[in-house]
Parts: sequence; structure tokens; C-alpha cells
Amino acid sequence: MSDITDLSFSELKKALQEKSLSSTEITLAFLERIESLNPELNTFITVTRDEAMRSAKNADTAISRGTATAYTGLPIAHKDLFCTDGVLTTCGSKILSNFVAPYDAHVVSRCKAAGLVSLGKLNMDEFAMGSSNENSYFGPVRNPWDTDRVPGGSSGGSAAAVAAKLTPLATGTDTGGSIRQPAAFTGTSGIKPTYGRVSRFGMIAYASSLDQGGLIAHTAEDLAHGLGLIAGHDSRDSTSAERSVPDYTEVLNGSLKGKVIGLPKQFFDDRLNNSMRDAMDMVLEVFKSLGASVVEISLDHVAEAIPAYYVIAPAEASSNLSRFDGVRFGYRADKPTNLLDLYERSRGEGFGSEVKRRILIGTYALSEGYYDAYYKKAQQIRRLIRDDFNHALASCDLIFGPTTPSTAFVIGEKISDPVSMYLEDIYTVATNMAGLPGGSFQAPMISGLPTGYQLTGPAFGESIILNAAHQIQMATDWHRLNPENF
Amino acid sequence: MYEAVIGLEVHVQLSTASKIFSGSSTAFGAEPNTQASLIDLGMPGVLPVPNAKAFEMAIKFGLAIDAKIEQESIFDRKNYFYPDLPKGYQISQFEKPIVGPGRVTITLDDGNTKTINVTRAHLEEDAGKSIHDVFDGMTGIDLNRAGTPLLEIVSEPELHSAREAVAYLKVIHSIVRYLDISDGNMAEGSMRCDCNVSVRPEGSELLGTRTEIKNVNSFRFVEKAIDTEIHRQIEILEDGGRVVQETRLYDPDKDETRPMRSKEEANDYRYFPDPDLLPVFIDDSFIETCRIKLPELPDARKARYIAEYGITDYDASVLVADRDLADYFAEVANMSGEGKLAANWVMGSVLAELNQANLAIAEFPVSSRQLSDLLGRIKDDTLNSKTAKTVFEALITGDGEVDTIIEEQGLVQMTDTGAIEAVVDEVISENSHEVANYRAASSDKRSKMLGFFVGQVMKKSQGKANPQAVNQILASKLT
Repeated sequence: MSDITDLSFSELKKALQEKSLSSTEITLAFLERIESLNPELNTFITVTRDEAMRSAKNADTAISRGTATAYTGLPIAHKDLFCTDGVLTTCGSKILSNFVAPYDAHVVSRCKAAGLVSLGKLNMDEFAMGSSNENSYFGPVRNPWDTDRVPGGSSGGSAAAVAAKLTPLATGTDTGGSIRQPAAFTGTSGIKPTYGRVSRFGMIAYASSLDQGGLIAHTAEDLAHGLGLIAGHDSRDSTSAERSVPDYTEVLNGSLKGKVIGLPKQFFDDRLNNSMRDAMDMVLEVFKSLGASVVEISLDHVAEAIPAYYVIAPAEASSNLSRFDGVRFGYRADKPTNLLDLYERSRGEGFGSEVKRRILIGTYALSEGYYDAYYKKAQQIRRLIRDDFNHALASCDLIFGPTTPSTAFVIGEKISDPVSMYLEDIYTVATNMAGLPGGSFQAPMISGLPTGYQLTGPAFGESIILNAAHQIQMATDWHRLNPENF
Repeated sequence: MYEAVIGLEVHVQLSTASKIFSGSSTAFGAEPNTQASLIDLGMPGVLPVPNAKAFEMAIKFGLAIDAKIEQESIFDRKNYFYPDLPKGYQISQFEKPIVGPGRVTITLDDGNTKTINVTRAHLEEDAGKSIHDVFDGMTGIDLNRAGTPLLEIVSEPELHSAREAVAYLKVIHSIVRYLDISDGNMAEGSMRCDCNVSVRPEGSELLGTRTEIKNVNSFRFVEKAIDTEIHRQIEILEDGGRVVQETRLYDPDKDETRPMRSKEEANDYRYFPDPDLLPVFIDDSFIETCRIKLPELPDARKARYIAEYGITDYDASVLVADRDLADYFAEVANMSGEGKLAANWVMGSVLAELNQANLAIAEFPVSSRQLSDLLGRIKDDTLNSKTAKTVFEALITGDGEVDTIIEEQGLVQMTDTGAIEAVVDEVISENSHEVANYRAASSDKRSKMLGFFVGQVMKKSQGKANPQAVNQILASKLT
């Protein structure tokens, strides 16, 4: 039998059920691997070793007494923007570097209730702003496939930790691609559910109308298990959907015969490089071999998604981040001389430069005299994009495209060029603007680096996405490849 | 001559049991920060959840002022930094308020009525409080009030004097009390008022530059603040100066307004729809549910009181202005069956006592039943107006029930003619000089002189003699 940490979430579940492994054994194996490899990869900000061992012990007791759920004792780790009661919750920022959350996020409490064992809190771009994980106060996360490269962001810690097998399942959040892009860069599977599918309660907000919690794991099947745990209505989030949650694992084995895969012509124009196009073609061949057909579709306004996103998200962020003022929690400047000095220095010293840039952009976009030209206009574009998607999804089951324009780039390569960094999300942002579910799954490697393909489905169509990805994974082994040194 | 143009923004704290976006209690007076939940503290990751009760109250107010209830309303964020504003923004309604245009009727000093248009009323959350006088060199923050629902009621600039503004404010106060959507307690800040004031030459169509006097917290101060501000602006214009558009504060000690720090005015609030809250859709059936729950409003009650109790228009206006006072009056009138007498007593002795002791009717020591008993004893001639007053005062000091007081103080009216005659005889024999003068006087002067003897008889009888009987007996014995 292979090492415990080589097992996927679903495989570990099976091992626990068959009692071939205990939760304590599993937990210890992952904790030891974290201890040995995290210094190099920097994926965890906080490792909750003692708490994890305690939960594992409790899980084993529950399993032996027959009071366990189907998931009791399985490991998970949380992106460090999910509030965890009594545990440091930093959001990757200096301004929250001392913040111990007084409550559990909805997602965290759902995982706890199911008996999952939390290994700790994962590194991320500060306030989820970034596509490379270089914007963390706690230092960049390294990509296990090539430690000189970024793992993507903002859920870079989540993706890299799964890729390096430091945890079989990780929560993430996706505002413009923050689950899917790092999943693509690290050879993992990631799902961003429909806006409203997963409660945002306890998720530290970046852009409230776009933020959505989701998961990263090795396989679509793992995601199906995890999503069933965290999805569902929560009365504490007014934007949470009052809609029942299907059993995502039940439909995984459905046939793709007769399914229609839509290819937006805007994603496959001459800007797409040849190696990425080849990788995508190979995935499409598998879809066809499984009985799906491919049609060309058009998303007419998708080119406007990035500029509109970079108005709406910073605008909401500029307001969401106002509460970090040094008054009630978090970092406070030393010896403030007056109120203004307290604000200016606490925020000036507490926020990193990308966060400041977006606060400035957002503040400007909402200012009197500019609101109509920027914010209102961006919202109009957003409606057009949503209409495009809904129109396209009337003629196909899923929309297919590359997750990213290229493979993972080298640390430092784009950090001083925000616009080229923003264009990393060119294929993912529109899905958030439309509020639709999207997943990124392993495609063929390019020059030894992972790539990902993206599936976007109709609202609350997560099971359609997971079914398709699972069928591809059953027919291929792209998702089984492991980084050489990890 | 100048004409003042005034518009009011009235903030009414709604009396929901819990806050507008969290489950914390809204009760006044708790230890600082004991009624502030994670949501009220603006903790990272928390989200607002609207309290349906606040919508119901806002809709009731809208219906009471005959306003349009908007089918769709939207919560916006009003962004500014202040230590007692935990999130760095206030959730309010900007472009789409829940209550659209409506109107109220005010009664002017000359008895005429005037319709004042209400532009809108919207829901928002209150901020916390900064406490500057407890910690040396530092400011304390109490977030108990943060998140308390407010209804901000904005009038059109159709008021033209401080008196009109107060009359309008009193009508709003009366309506929210009748609807029982706020305690309307201005001293505790449950109702606060921003006054927008400008002046212009009489007959001019153009509006002058306005100033806004923030957070005035009593009817009296509203009147004084506006008057002061009108005079200040007129003086500036008379001197050839220009009024500066600014926010001012009223200082009741100095009876003057002065500008707030200029930074406060430079605010660009960067309103935008709160992405944490979905648009609110109000359907007709919900509006109808609210309409059914509407209580009788001041105007309807006034008409009813005039018809049922036979009291005057003026008396009814005074009585219905305060819902609690109106209820008290109605109880007294119903129990005693004496509408007019009840109105006289409530508007006379009761109101005088409330004003003097600075009490609300709810705190008044004489219950409606006690006052009704008292009126009964007046009606059955046990008491005359003088002894009734004595009993009323004894009721205020809590000396017991009406009949006990009458008995203990021996206040039963002397109606026995024989007994009164005996006192009259005494008075006549003790005042022979005055009797001689009386008898020598012409009849038209006599009626005036009779008062002296009446007074003497009342004094001797300790006020107990029936005044009509005294008059009659005196008149016959003196001729």
C-alpha cells in the first residue's frame, strides 16, 4: 500500500470505513508531512497540531462507537480567510496578523459538525487579492511542481498544499478565479460553486457580490464529497440560496453521451498559445470519445469582464476593508497621536501594496462624479455578461475553456506588472460576474508543468460539472500525476 | 422682510426588540458593549440579516402619512470613518427608500391647518456612541446602540417658521407614538432632528443657501435653534454677506449655532448598493397585513372624541396629540361618564401638574380610575371645586383613595341648609360694619360686595359649604 498521504480524500474515506486506517494515523501522517515540507512550500500559516490530534482521537472514538458520520476523521485545511474559533485568522495580512477569530465560519462549522479534522490554516494572497500568492504578509507560497514558480492565487496555499499532499482537501474562495487558477497551476481539481450555494458567513469579505467559497482536492469525486458538506442555505447570509443540496456523488457516474460542450470562440481565438490549444484539444477529444458533442458558442461581452471586474471588486473591497481601522481588532499603529493618525498609520502599515492599490481604485470608482461612469457602467456590463452565459447555456450543457492563458509563471515575474497579473484571470472572471459555478480540472502537462481546463455550468449545476470532470478523470490519468519532489 | 425655508430630517429609533441586522437587544441603558454582537462589532466575516419587524414598522408609518410604499427598496452603504461606526460604513437606503412621498397635516398657531409633504422615509442602522468623558485622554466606544433601526423621515422644505417646524415635529412624534413604532423619547435620543434652514427675501422664488443644524434633541431646542439660525442668516444677509453652506451644531447653553469641524462636511459618502443584502421586495399582501394592524391615528381619534365626548375641536386636538394622554383622558371620560369635565381636568390640573413636575402621563401618580372617582364626587356634590382640588393634590402625594381622603380630611360638602345658615349667621354678626355697608349699597354694587361674605363663610366652613347654597342664603339674610 502506498503512503497514507498519497491517498485522495475519497480513498481515505474508504480506508476509514474499512477500518484499515484510523483518523489518528491519517492525521499524524499529514501533520508529519506538513512539518517536513511546509518550510519549503510555505503553504500553511498556522498548523493546529494539538487540536487536530484531539479531533482525530475523538473521531476514532466516534467511529468505534458507531456515532460517526460518513466523513468523521478525514482531514481538511482551511484557507486563512475562513474564521476559526480560537485560531489565528490572518487573511494573509499584517493587519490581521494577531487576529484570533471569536467564532467559526459557516463552512468551518459544517466541516466540524461532519467530524472533519482541521490541520490548520492556509496561506493566501492578502485579502484574496492576487493571482500568485506573492501578496501574502507571510511570504509567497511555492509551487510543488517547480518551487521557483508561483502556485497561483489567491487560494495558492490551498492548491499547493493539496498538490504536495499536505492535505487531501482544502477550502478556498474564488472571487475572480482564486480557486480555479491555482488549481490549474498545481495540477489539482477545484470547484467554485454558484454564488449563494455556500454561505459566506465567516468568510472575510473581499468583494461580497463575487466571493464564493469552494474546494480544492485531487479529484472531482473528492470535490463532490466536500461540496455536499459545505453547500446549503444559511440564514446568517442573506445572499445564501434557499435551495436543497443534491448528493453530488450520486451523479458522478452518469454518461456524457449526448452532452453538449460549448466552446466560446472568444476563448479560442489567436491569442491562445499553441501548446495550451493542444492541451485543450486533447481534453476535448476525450469528451468526444465519451459521447459528448462540441459546439461553438459566443460570449460577446467576455472581453469586458476583466475591466468591469476591476471596478466592481475593488469598489466593494474599498468598503469591505474599512472595518480594519485599528480600533476594535487587528493591527494598531504604535502610539497614535490622534484619530486620523491612528487610521492612517494602522492602515498604512497594516495593508500591503496590492490591497492599497485596490482600495484606491475602488474608492475612486465610487466617488461622486465617477460612480456612473465606472461602477454603474461596470454593473451594466456584468448584466450583459450574465445574459451572454445564460443565452449560451440554453444551447449547451457546459462551457469549456482553458483555465489560464499559460502555465505557472516564475515568482517575481509579474509582481511589478499589475495589468499582466490581472490578465491571469481572463478566462475565469466572467464566471464570477455571471454568478455561475465553475471548476478547473487537470489537463495534459506542458513542459512539465500542469495545466487546467475549465467547465462553467448553469446556476446550481455543480453536479453537471463534477459528473463531466469525473468521467474525464476516469478515462485519463492527468489528475494522477505528482510533482517529482513531493 | 425675509422668509425662512425649513426642511426637517427626523431620525426615529424603531422599537424593535432586536437590531435591524443582528439579533442583539435594542434595550436602552445596558452596560457599555453588552448588547453588541459580532455583527454589531463589525467583526471580519460577519454579515447583516434584515429584521422583518423594521420593515413592518416603516410600512405602517408610510401608510399613516398616506405615502407610497415602494415595491422594491435597496440598502446602500454610506461610507465614512468614525470610531463608533464599526464597519466604516452605515447601512442605509439612498436611491430607493422603502417609503416614498407622503404628507402630514399640521395645525398652525392661528388654528389653520397646513399640509406638509414628506419626501421619503428610509430605514438605516444607528451608529454606536463615543464617550469622551470617562477615560482620561482617551475616547471610549459603546456599541450597544450600533445597529438599532432608524427610520429617517425627510420633509420637503415647506416649513416657514420655527413654530411650524415644531408643529410638524410634534405631528411626526404623535404618529410614531400612535403606531407604537418608537418610544419617541427625545431625551434618550430615540428621536432626533436635523434642521435644514435657509432664508430668502419675501416673495423670492429662489432658495437661499442652507445650513444644516445636526442632532437637535428636544422640541424646545428645535424651535430655539431654528429661530437663532434664521436670525443669524438674516443678519449676515443684511450686512451684505453670504451664508456658507455648512453643518452646524446648536448650543442650548449659549443659544447659538456654530459650525461643526469642516472635515465632516467634505465627506463623499460613496454610496453604493450593499452587496451583502438583496433588494427588498414588498408585495401588496404584506402591505395589507400592515394596514390591518394600523391603530386609530390622531386625526381619526380627534374626530371620534369630539363626537363621543362632546368636547371642542381645540380640546380634542390638545388631548390626542399625545397618545398616552389621549388614552388617559378616554379612560377617565368612560369611567366617569363625564366627557367635558374629564377634558377640563385633564387639560387643566393634570397637564399643569405634568408640566410642573416634568412628568410623562405614564409616570403620573393619579390613575385614570382615581381621577374618575374624583369627578364622580364632584358630580354628586360631595365635593366642590375647591375641595376637589384639595383631594387632587392629596392623590398626587399618594394619600390614598378619593373617598378615604374626603373622609380623613373631612371634606364632605356642607349641603345641610341649617348648618350653612348657622355659619352665615355667625359671619353676619361678626361683620356688622360690612353688613351695614352692604345694606346701604345700591343693588348693582351689592353683587360685588357679596363676594366678601361668601369668602368668609367658605373660610369658616373650611371650604366645605356648597357655594350655591351659601350665595342663596347670604343674599336672603342680608336684605
